[in-house]
Amino acid sequence: MNNPQLDTDGHLRHLLSIEGLPKKILNQILDTAESFAGVTEREIKKVPLLRGKTVCNLFFENSTRTRTTFEIAAKRLSADVISLNVGTSSQSKGETILDTVDNLIAMHADMFVVRHAQSGAAHLIAKHVPPHIHVINAGDGRHSHPTQGLLDVFTIRKYKPDLHNLRIAIVGDVLHSRVARSEIHALTTLGVPEVRVIAPKTLLPAQVEKMGVHVYHDMNEGLKDVDVVMMLRLQNERMSGAMLPSAQEYFKTYGLTQEKLALAKPDAIVMHPGPMNRGVEIDSSVADGKQSVILPQVTYGIAIRMAVMAILAGGGVQ
Amino acid sequence: MKIHIKNGHVIDPKNNIDSKLDIFIAAGKILSIGQAPDGFIANQTIDASNLIVCSGLVDLSARLREPGEEYKARLASELQAAVAGGITSLACPPDTDPVLDEPGLVEMLKHRAKQHGLAHVYPLGAVTRQLQGKALAEMSELYAAGCVGFSQANEAITDTQVLWRAMEYAATFGFTLFLHAEEPFLAANGVAHDGEVATRLGLKGIPSAAEALALASILRIAQETGAKVHISRLSTAEGVNMIRAAKAQGLKVSCDVSVNHLHLTEHDIAYFDANCHLKPPLRTQRDKDALTAGLKDGTIDAICSDHTPVDDDAKIAPFAEAEIGATGLELLLPLTVKWAQQENIPLARALSFITHAPANILAVPAGSLTLDSDADICLFDANEYWKIDAAQLKSQGKNTPFNGFELPGKNKYTLVRGQIVYQS
Repeated sequence: MNNPQLDTDGHLRHLLSIEGLPKKILNQILDTAESFAGVTEREIKKVPLLRGKTVCNLFFENSTRTRTTFEIAAKRLSADVISLNVGTSSQSKGETILDTVDNLIAMHADMFVVRHAQSGAAHLIAKHVPPHIHVINAGDGRHSHPTQGLLDVFTIRKYKPDLHNLRIAIVGDVLHSRVARSEIHALTTLGVPEVRVIAPKTLLPAQVEKMGVHVYHDMNEGLKDVDVVMMLRLQNERMSGAMLPSAQEYFKTYGLTQEKLALAKPDAIVMHPGPMNRGVEIDSSVADGKQSVILPQVTYGIAIRMAVMAILAGGGVQ
Repeated sequence: MKIHIKNGHVIDPKNNIDSKLDIFIAAGKILSIGQAPDGFIANQTIDASNLIVCSGLVDLSARLREPGEEYKARLASELQAAVAGGITSLACPPDTDPVLDEPGLVEMLKHRAKQHGLAHVYPLGAVTRQLQGKALAEMSELYAAGCVGFSQANEAITDTQVLWRAMEYAATFGFTLFLHAEEPFLAANGVAHDGEVATRLGLKGIPSAAEALALASILRIAQETGAKVHISRLSTAEGVNMIRAAKAQGLKVSCDVSVNHLHLTEHDIAYFDANCHLKPPLRTQRDKDALTAGLKDGTIDAICSDHTPVDDDAKIAPFAEAEIGATGLELLLPLTVKWAQQENIPLARALSFITHAPANILAVPAGSLTLDSDADICLFDANEYWKIDAAQLKSQGKNTPFNGFELPGKNKYTLVRGQIVYQS
């Protein structure tokens, strides 16, 4: 079956998932982002690559960080941006996803940035739109959040340039996490030799090891000698029930504290996709500590999103 | 009307016929096979050279969507689809709207189906009212109205007390219960096999254990109550082993597999193909191999189409929200022929899974070319390949994972009670 993300020449047509993208394309995005990172630090933070184009942020599920960074990224590329919180309008009136999309196409949208609570929603839209329209997945259910995965490896590359020599641990609710899936695909595709996941069995999906990760249930073992610790958010509704008994117990066993972080390499960096639950998955002293690169992640998110939009629009500047 | 079917290769597993013979039909019945009866003058002769002549197919599970869901399919379209697929008898599960739990509804359905004069429709009544798994439906009354067995469709009876009573009650009258084995708590909100594909795609999984757990309860209670139980649409290797053991123990249990599960695995979901959102979910290669092995050694008795037509809009949604099911009436024959070819299974044996065996399970007079029985006959070319074009299917449901496949086994004629009801 054809990869729905690539056109017949193997160029990126949509960004739906990291899985299935060749290393070459991932590097192209990361390198392009590198060139945009400069733009965001200039006095006039704009380039005209997307002038006259309309980017439509279609959020069927709420988001602050992701939506805002996509908005900023599009604006820095000089695009016109429309942001719709569809969850609160058309959907509640019974309109289907594709009806909403069709209406926006009729208004001449050129690019869709889509977030939806169901896995596969961005694929559905990508299959539906005419060839000149591009779709970027900004998170679909538990499936994928490719720009987050990319900004995470971008951040890692900044601090630890030699990806072929790293040991990385992803900690927490892998089962429900599209971020974890995207990170795993990005890291394994780019040649990180050892990716670990650390979580209780209730928060790991079936046969997760087939994604190319080493499975740990004990933080003390899993964090030993790692270069990067990537924490995952624990949703409120999972904190007590059949998945976990309580937030307190989770913090004791899987929360990242200074003490546990000390097991990692001394220069290890700590990451989190946000929003954080301080005192649940991560202790404040770690989140705000000197090993944390959580805020740089957000900053780099803009450059990554600019790069993806520029490449899709055919202007992958170097 | 007298019909002479000439030069066909007649296959009738029940009567051990597998050779080139002529068939003579009069007054809707099979008058003779082989020799022309004295003075037989045909009104019509069908040249069946190069064709297989077998009993019309019998399908254990075909949703016709009437009453209540006519926007998905109608009797007229689905019964046309059935005979286009060579199916002349079918059982329909009770999950219509309203549920087939009242005799009046069953009588109406039988009556309306009969008016079409196409495939014979054998309703399965609900085991429990509204399929809620709480109070028993009026099985005896439903039987009198025309139900040939009782089913919960895709619903489970969670309360083992109710399951036990349902089996005791059914056993009292010798009724067969058609049950789908899936433990509902473990399967809750699941949409795909709980394995590597669901993990990659971020879909909520249904573990194989959900089938094993439900089977364990059903088989144990069947053993206690002596009820006749048919397991609909087995999907796992473990399930096959459990049925094998139950049969060895002497339980009155039979089971079927959907033809979809003989061809597809979880990997066919690919990039969220909603046509692969099925119940039970598509499982692993190992499970698929075990299902074929189960048919070969007699553990699994029959193959069904699990025909579930869905309107287009209901499939255009993210995978988990897309409605469950695949259209199947017109694909049961070619997919079974294809499977038999791949697995080196003699055609006669393969046909028994879709004729004689399911007829036996339903205890209906169908599935063979027995003399003096209704002339329900299918004539097909086993070697002609044809390309599945969903848009061209007669069924109102165009939802199939097999769109674009080239399959062998092209149906040419279907006869019901000696009338040609389909000709390609």
